Amino acid sequence: MDLTLSPQEQAFRDELRGWLDENHPGQEPTGDEAAFEFRKDWQRKLADAQYAGLSWPSEYGGRGASLIEQAIFNEEMVRAQAPPLANVLGLVMGGPVVIAHGSEEQKQRYLKPILTAEEIWCQGFSEPESGSDLASLKTKAVKSNGEWLVTGQKVWTTFAHESKWCMLVARTDQDAPKHKGLTYFLMDMEQEGVQVRPLRQITGEAEFNEIFMEEARIPDENVVGGVGNGWTVAITTLMNERAGLGLGSAIALKIALGQLMELAREQGLDEDPIYRQKIAQLYIEAECLRLTASRGLTFTMKTGIPGPEGSLAKWQWSDTNQALTELSMDLLGDEAPIVHPDWTYRFLRARANSIEGGTTEILKNIVAERVLGLPKLR
Amino acid sequence: MNFEYTDDQQAIKSTAHEFLENRMKPEKRRELAEAGKYDDALWAEMCELGWPGIFIGEEHEGQGLGVLELCILQEELGYALAPSPFFSNAAAGLVIQHAGSDEQKQRWLPGIASGEQRGTVAWVRNGAAPLVPDADSASLIVLLDGSNATVVEAGSASVESVDTIDSTRRFSRVEPGGDGDSLDAADPSEALAPIATALSAELVGVAQRSMEMAVEYAKERQQFGRPIGAYQGVSHRCAQMMMETESARSVTLYAAWASDHEPESQDLASSMAKAYASDAGWRVSAASLQVHGGIGFTWEHDLHFFLKRAKADGHMFGTAGEHRDRVAELAGLARREPAAA
Repeated sequence: MDLTLSPQEQAFRDELRGWLDENHPGQEPTGDEAAFEFRKDWQRKLADAQYAGLSWPSEYGGRGASLIEQAIFNEEMVRAQAPPLANVLGLVMGGPVVIAHGSEEQKQRYLKPILTAEEIWCQGFSEPESGSDLASLKTKAVKSNGEWLVTGQKVWTTFAHESKWCMLVARTDQDAPKHKGLTYFLMDMEQEGVQVRPLRQITGEAEFNEIFMEEARIPDENVVGGVGNGWTVAITTLMNERAGLGLGSAIALKIALGQLMELAREQGLDEDPIYRQKIAQLYIEAECLRLTASRGLTFTMKTGIPGPEGSLAKWQWSDTNQALTELSMDLLGDEAPIVHPDWTYRFLRARANSIEGGTTEILKNIVAERVLGLPKLR
Repeated sequence: MNFEYTDDQQAIKSTAHEFLENRMKPEKRRELAEAGKYDDALWAEMCELGWPGIFIGEEHEGQGLGVLELCILQEELGYALAPSPFFSNAAAGLVIQHAGSDEQKQRWLPGIASGEQRGTVAWVRNGAAPLVPDADSASLIVLLDGSNATVVEAGSASVESVDTIDSTRRFSRVEPGGDGDSLDAADPSEALAPIATALSAELVGVAQRSMEMAVEYAKERQQFGRPIGAYQGVSHRCAQMMMETESARSVTLYAAWASDHEPESQDLASSMAKAYASDAGWRVSAASLQVHGGIGFTWEHDLHFFLKRAKADGHMFGTAGEHRDRVAELAGLARREPAAA
């Protein structure tokens, strides 16, 4: 056991830190459009330095980075308080899926514009009637004259209004068992059959969208991984979403905790024994999350298979972030309901943490069934 | 960065696991616990394996390994819930090795390493140490009071055996007395960090075993026509046990590593570990009792020995609350004025 960075990891981190010092683009401008353009420029800069698709093989513009290097990257981006990238879903999910399951033509066509943020990607998985039970989805794709016609509705789609491509899972065989009749498509968002409507959430903003498809057209060459294999391909996407997020989110929690301690001092509550206990507990939980995620990386690098740590880390992170933002409200006392520039949004936004990317209940099922081997109820 | 045990560490773990599995059968543990005794033959075997001296330098007849290796044994001893004076003796060794002069180390460490001259630590606060493991049978007692430590021979201090809920370990109340030999080559209170970490490791083992017992039972026990583990009310409770056990293990491994390789971090790390593991040990064993239902509340079932050990461990060498306050202090909420002693 050695918890220090290896010389190569150390060198990677130092180089990245130096690069971030020199190239940090500063504060994001206000306004949705301006902010998005800013994020595109930022991503292009990262792509030029080969930092965008870090884990991608070098032949596709990445570095073939190890899981630890990816974790270091996430950690350093959070530490530097660097703005988010424009094409997160393309980088984290779309690219890896095309690399793992796509044809050579698809790789040549799609990968580069993902890296440079020239083409933004979104994900069309969830439907109004299919949340946790994703495989029950109903959006239908019918083959007609060498192309697919798609009809249905998707929901909770981030960046749909900015996107060129949608990673769409649709039912292509009505008669097959529910996991078997699905196909993974890349759907062009710029067409008549696709309508995007913003979905306003409890924070008041519209970070997500609904997509309505009425005979939207997808050419046959945009199937990824073969007709009927959509579930397997989608699972790769979801695994990529969870892997390696643990460390970055732990650092984000540590930064938020620093701000929470500052708030405690401002409110004159930093010596209050109850708040000290609660803040220390959150600090410990954030450290546990970081350390368990690191142990998971060791395991994954050795076996090549992501363990349950992704599920554990995501569950633990949502619990901790919710508790942290709730504590900020307690510290604010009778002024808590007054809209606060730092805390109100985070407090409300945190309610989604235990739902998005796998509800806590589903994550507990995964741990109970796949790790502990408990019987399934279903 | 690598959390994997080395081959040697893995070998220590599996040897300890197998040895204790063979030597500490549930019937044996129950017999010892009900009599409030340790098994001298088992202790002799542990000594032959070199366990008591695992972290003690080779120049003092130990194995020259670290706190991490000590914690590997501690976790297995917690998992097996083996009644033994291992922990108390190790605690004494940790203080003497850290703060003793060369001459003092030469005098006491070989006996601690061989297990022939056992020690224990009485953590004195407000004039007495209310919960000292194995003070009734140790040859020497380290009286640790603030940043002062003295070593006294058995018989010099006032030792009064106390009844606790944890019948797998023997406890006494100790009041300082007699002429001691002062340990002042370093601040002896710094050894509280590896001591708390070693206890955390024991708690991880207790939690792991309690969780396994619950999971096994949830797979077998049938109600309403199916195993109770199929119900989310039960299975999610088990998942929670796993999360807490793994978190406790992660932070304890880190604290042990810090003691060996990054001493400037060990204070914060060990307090994080002891705070988290104290709560987790209790919560996981209590949740396990709930999963077991009525049978878990009977004397006949072994679970209560684990539950009680978890509770007692959680209150030795600092409660979760005390360690959390220390974490608050070290993590950024320094007190404007030092708290009254």
